[in-house]
Amino acid sequence: MWVEIGIAAIKTGAILGVVMALAGVFGWFERKVSAYMQDRVGANRCSVFGFAGAGLINTIMADPLKFATKEDFVPAGVDRLLHTLAPCVNFFPVLVAFAAIPFGDVLEAGGRSINLQAVPLNVGVLYILAMVSLSVYGVVLGGWASNNRFSLLGGIRGSAQMISYELAMGLSIVAMVMTYGTLDLQTMVRAQGHLIGGWLPAWGVLYQPLAFLLFLTAGMAETKRSPFDLPEGESELVAGYFIEFSGVKYLMFFMTDFIEVAVVAGLLTTMFFGGWQVPYLMRDGFHFPLGVTVALPHLLVVALQIVSFLLKVVFFGWLQCLIRWTLPRIRYDQLMGLGWKGLLPVSLANVLATAVVILAWQA
Amino acid sequence: MAEQYLPALVTFCLAGGLVATFAVLGKLLGPQRSTPLKGDAFECGNPPSGSARERFPVRFYLTAILFIVFDVEVVFLYPWAVVFRQLGWFGFAEMLVFVAVLAIALLYVWKKGALEWE
Repeated sequence: MWVEIGIAAIKTGAILGVVMALAGVFGWFERKVSAYMQDRVGANRCSVFGFAGAGLINTIMADPLKFATKEDFVPAGVDRLLHTLAPCVNFFPVLVAFAAIPFGDVLEAGGRSINLQAVPLNVGVLYILAMVSLSVYGVVLGGWASNNRFSLLGGIRGSAQMISYELAMGLSIVAMVMTYGTLDLQTMVRAQGHLIGGWLPAWGVLYQPLAFLLFLTAGMAETKRSPFDLPEGESELVAGYFIEFSGVKYLMFFMTDFIEVAVVAGLLTTMFFGGWQVPYLMRDGFHFPLGVTVALPHLLVVALQIVSFLLKVVFFGWLQCLIRWTLPRIRYDQLMGLGWKGLLPVSLANVLATAVVILAWQA
Repeated sequence: MAEQYLPALVTFCLAGGLVATFAVLGKLLGPQRSTPLKGDAFECGNPPSGSARERFPVRFYLTAILFIVFDVEVVFLYPWAVVFRQLGWFGFAEMLVFVAVLAIALLYVWKKGALEWE
């Protein structure tokens, strides 16, 4: 049993490290992508031993150090426990949500077959949705614990937005669960290794393109990223529900934003784009369509799968940064209208249509 | 059966440790020079205009209640989605009636204007 705990601890430690690194990379994308889209260069001054890394040192080393060493002042009249608790309640669920996403097939090491998923649950999808729902508490607590009426309004609006789009997210995931017949993420990814017609990888987006678009929209609205970031309202409310948090607490809210980008990107990859699957790569090597086979050692296959997963997650994070810096912010009543009157009926119709198609095809 | 949740427990402990480290780090590393002005609420330079513990629109409560109703519907859709192939057309018809009742409820709420001006 201790070996099991040890293996789980190593996998979890690796995934948490990757998540923090991804948060840093997405923060870097945010600055560099926005800079080049706005025809400027962005941050590039901080360097370590002359290596500036095009702003990477700035985002990954200088920013966290700056946040950690700033004064952590608490406004008057707040409940100190709630004020400290709010960023923690926001940060913790998204960390554990990413841990349920599979990043590889099995690793055969030391006579054991280790499933490359930090939290291998057979109800993985429900677990991730539950954790994402928990982060609503952090938003409400942050707004309430700030003793600032604009913070409170920002927090309440933020939580109303998050719960409205959770419905659309949940329903688009229901469509994917129906397609694969399982809630387990690793089974879903393995099922995407089949080839349609002998040559096309059976990725989820080919079966459910509408669910992909719905999930992308609902995911971006759930994580309160532009164009849905009115609760944060960068140019209006300064920072909405996390105005009164400084130093490490602000760093936690800030990192939560980017880790949620990683979670949404990870879920998009896993359910719609094959997760860790490389097209035509099976456990013993490449099996190309025309009968060409390339045998590869096991460790290389595992490394290719992990790299493929990371590349896809980084691509979807980049896509979310791109969308953020392209579209203008939409108004709050338009946002809630889109969630309740647009996405919810469309995703319900998608679920029913999927059921009809699958049952008709089965008959 | 319960052993499959052991990695979840390990993850919770590790992530909890990380979050606690962050929380403690702030108190340790930052200076502590509090002045009365730093304690005021931030309103873009204006003096704070009163307590934050006042009323806010009841429309948010309405949104939360509607969310509960439709979230329970989504929760009921999940087990059906996993086994619906075995249940066939009969199960689909039952689920269609269920979703139709709630769709009529959504339409009623829409027409009554509960989804407006949020």
